[in-house]
Amino acid sequence: MSFKLAKNDNSVRGHKTVSAGLTLPEGFQAAIIADNLGSARHLVATPQGDIYVHLAGTKNGKGILEFHVDGDKATLKSSFANFGGTGIAIKDGYLYASNSREVYRYKLDDKNEVINPDKPERIVTGLLDRRTHAPKAIALDNDGNLYVNIGAYSNICSEYDPNKTGCPILDSAGGIWQFKADKLDQTYSDGVRYATGLRNVVGLAWNQQDNQLFVMQHGRDELHDLFPNLYTVHQSAELPAECMFALKKGDNAGYPYVYYDWIQHKNMLGPEYGGDGKKPADSKYINPVAAYPGHYAPDGLLFYTGNQFPEKYKNGAFIAFHGSWNRAPEPQAGYCVVFQPFKDGKPDGNWEVFADGFAGTEEQKASGHAIHRPCGLAQGPDGSLYVTDDNKGTIYKITYKK
Amino acid sequence: MNVKIAGVFLASFILLSGALQAQTKKQAMRQSTVATSVARGKVVYINVCLPCHMADGGGVQNMNPPLVNTTYVFGDKAALIKIVLHGFNEDVEINGKTYSNTMSAHDDLSDRQIADVLTYIRRSFGNKANAVKATEVTKVRAMSKK
Repeated sequence: MSFKLAKNDNSVRGHKTVSAGLTLPEGFQAAIIADNLGSARHLVATPQGDIYVHLAGTKNGKGILEFHVDGDKATLKSSFANFGGTGIAIKDGYLYASNSREVYRYKLDDKNEVINPDKPERIVTGLLDRRTHAPKAIALDNDGNLYVNIGAYSNICSEYDPNKTGCPILDSAGGIWQFKADKLDQTYSDGVRYATGLRNVVGLAWNQQDNQLFVMQHGRDELHDLFPNLYTVHQSAELPAECMFALKKGDNAGYPYVYYDWIQHKNMLGPEYGGDGKKPADSKYINPVAAYPGHYAPDGLLFYTGNQFPEKYKNGAFIAFHGSWNRAPEPQAGYCVVFQPFKDGKPDGNWEVFADGFAGTEEQKASGHAIHRPCGLAQGPDGSLYVTDDNKGTIYKITYKK
Repeated sequence: MNVKIAGVFLASFILLSGALQAQTKKQAMRQSTVATSVARGKVVYINVCLPCHMADGGGVQNMNPPLVNTTYVFGDKAALIKIVLHGFNEDVEINGKTYSNTMSAHDDLSDRQIADVLTYIRRSFGNKANAVKATEVTKVRAMSKK
């Protein structure tokens, strides 16, 4: 495992091109194929050239939009689902989509069109929605299982664990739950807490190379605000890391007891539980496989398996960073799509910013009032990369020409 | 004009201008008190509020509400004081957008600090509402203890 985080190392490489307001490596182009959709969260692409986009809220009463993409133009084909949300995925002839409490699925025909848009099957119900970290992002494996993030409804659990005896909310939140992909109306008691100690995950994906679930955790906030004697304003802006974890069943990533310090390359004991910025964490908590600067807010994760982009991108990970808010008074940061090289199913080498400029001007970025904020990622049948923006509702298509 | 009338005229002029002067002085004093309160409030804001509500009071999309152009800030003072004292734990809609982060209670701040910081936000970011006095905070704090 090696990852370096010197900031200058990570900007867009080589000769940059600016396209549709984005800065990209040489040879890449971006096009805005749809705009002003509302809060476009995750999306999924079909082999037939359609995309399904999940909106955070409904627009005209519909939470999912289906477009056909032809070149640089997306044409709205249909809209359905009476619920907004984040999670959306296609697996084994079904379109899965979640809101903050439930997961539904729609049967698809052989052209990957939804057969009955008004009658989805409810697969999971009764998940906790306490507003904070409520979106239920989803992924599916190859063995008939559905993975659902249930975020901790707290920054660092301190209000629920005043005596530091153990965070009680982890029984039903702060982890990834596994359900059957085809069983109706499952609740907590039907599911398995697959991995715990994860504060909040929005970007997650099944890695086909090593048949494993990868997740991006949103790290804790307010190290300085809560512990001004232990952390400077600057440390609080850079720490803790936003982490990529490769999960196995039963893993514990350590929230709220632990955070990852990307400068010291160490899992640290959290200050709420006796940490001081120097004491390491108990080794029973797993380490991340890659780490990124604090508060960047990873909202989308995609393993690139296409042939359109240059060879180095194959099987690597794209990460959509929504952008920070908890770095003030330091300038806000993130608002970009990062590429993380992989080898044999594990991160290998330094990450780099792949697409930048979503926020607008430097001032708009620094103030946090970004114009566009990357959220969802999908790979088109021709190997193009789709990126959603959940602020203005823009969909970008990024392509490569030799 | 005889001396007597001139005397009365002069006396009333002196009295009147004295009263006027006193009033201007009082106004000036009030203004400088508000200015001091705003200055002190800014320090409280930077330490306590800025990490979530941002330096420009613009808040954060979906999460932390803006303090600009909203009746929550320039409306009822008692309601505003209560938010600082008790925190805020519900979705709030401002100008068509929803914000859902939980705000923790700040009853550890003194009445003076709360008055200062609220005066600061009511007179910053384009807001032009009147000042909040420490006595008003004392009153709301006492009432909510009952």
